[in-house]
Amino acid sequence: MLHQYKLNGYNIVLDTCSGSVHSVDDVAYDIIAMFETSTEDEIVAAMMEKYSDREDVTEEEIRLCIGDVAALKARGKLFTPDTFAPMAGTLKERSGDVVKALCLHVAHTCNLNCSYCFASQGKYHGDRALMSFEVGKRALDFLIEHSGTRRNLEVDFFGGEPLMNWDVVKQLVQYARSVEKQHGKRFRFTLTTNGMLIDDDVIEFSNREMSNVVLSLDGRKEIHDRLRVDYAGNGSYDRIVPKFRRFVQARGNKSYYMRGTFTHANPDFTKDVFHMADMGFTELSMEPVVCAEGDPAALTKEDIETVKEQYEILAKEMLKRQQEDRPFTFYHYMLDLTEGPCIYKRISGCGSGTEYMAVTPWGDLYPCHQFVGEERYRLGNIWDGVTNTALREEFRACNAYARPECADCWAKLYCSGGCAANAYHATGSIRGVYKPGCELFKKRIECAIMMRVAEDAAKNR
Amino acid sequence: MERIKTLETRDMCESAKNGGCGECQTSCQSACKTSCGVANQQCENK
Repeated sequence: MLHQYKLNGYNIVLDTCSGSVHSVDDVAYDIIAMFETSTEDEIVAAMMEKYSDREDVTEEEIRLCIGDVAALKARGKLFTPDTFAPMAGTLKERSGDVVKALCLHVAHTCNLNCSYCFASQGKYHGDRALMSFEVGKRALDFLIEHSGTRRNLEVDFFGGEPLMNWDVVKQLVQYARSVEKQHGKRFRFTLTTNGMLIDDDVIEFSNREMSNVVLSLDGRKEIHDRLRVDYAGNGSYDRIVPKFRRFVQARGNKSYYMRGTFTHANPDFTKDVFHMADMGFTELSMEPVVCAEGDPAALTKEDIETVKEQYEILAKEMLKRQQEDRPFTFYHYMLDLTEGPCIYKRISGCGSGTEYMAVTPWGDLYPCHQFVGEERYRLGNIWDGVTNTALREEFRACNAYARPECADCWAKLYCSGGCAANAYHATGSIRGVYKPGCELFKKRIECAIMMRVAEDAAKNR
Repeated sequence: MERIKTLETRDMCESAKNGGCGECQTSCQSACKTSCGVANQQCENK
């Protein structure tokens, strides 16, 4: 399956199923577009007519280019047929009931009152609660017991606001460290925080123990403070930014993300990304808001078009800053063409409900953090394991080939079929398709690949 | 003249032969938390 597009002065051809990326000139772009449906003579005639004013476009040249295209096809780098559908379920089947990642909801409460929060201010439409050490410890034991031969185990301390239960977080990390070697495991912890309670202890402990920290900041002060307010209605920007600066400075080379959400209030979100970059933060992520249609924060159809333009602006500005030796990264543009995931990862779906689960403060298991609070999506609990096995099978069946709408989509090997929670919230079914999300995803991938093409061109210049 | 520049990429068909160890990071476990992207994960088995 091919995807051809023009962006930022580059003509790009993706051969989706081989993963090949070609940067081509106008003539080759048109030849490739005709290659599978026209004879060589028809292509030559069409090119000679279209490029009659170009001295460099001769019949001999065109035939040479057609030969190059044929050679690429023969080498499996163009027009590679999609033969992966029968493999789509194999990784999950082979993995059996292995669980390798947990999102630990250590605090269903929050010290901010952000109206757009998908977790309804941390409560997930339920009661406020903190996870006890005993529940957290059992969750870690559950993970070890169900992780099979997987060595790398991931645990995200999530909420609500996990720093409201910081002592338990520390105890859980210490417990995991005390048992990981004897089980042949390596825990990788992530902390996702709004920053209000960051202090020296949080910085020191996290920088030692957390593989990654995700710090919530929406960008410009007026944008951030519009929604990210405390219970008195006061914006949090001035209180958290100095803490984030200290945290990141002390972090050295360890991973972090400044992670923002953009809404109907700021579809021009690149201004917020650049604001964070200008403050010296270099690892950035900005996500479209997830909320019900009709919510004042929800992105409108017009916003979606603006956002797509913004993704292009972002990619171009990032390339410019690379040249100026002041680069920053954007999570969705971190596409590694040579060291990225294998085909099994790309077609198997995100793993929610099978290898990845969320644990509530009471020890209930859900397919992921975005399903917590939806009673019909409760999988079981950390003592009895997964008891709703039919639900687990539903999630196991989610993959890049599970939705008829994705059959002809070039992007399915990049999204793996998309987010089950987005699909559920948009259509009522985890096998549905959240179309605005697809549009934005495809634009992001086009931009990310364009950046790799531009970087390659700069390297060879 | 060279009209086609092919970037170096991981061959997906080749990866079908030796991939699938399952050790790579879970998709949602890094920064997004509200969408699914798999292509920006790093392979743990290369």
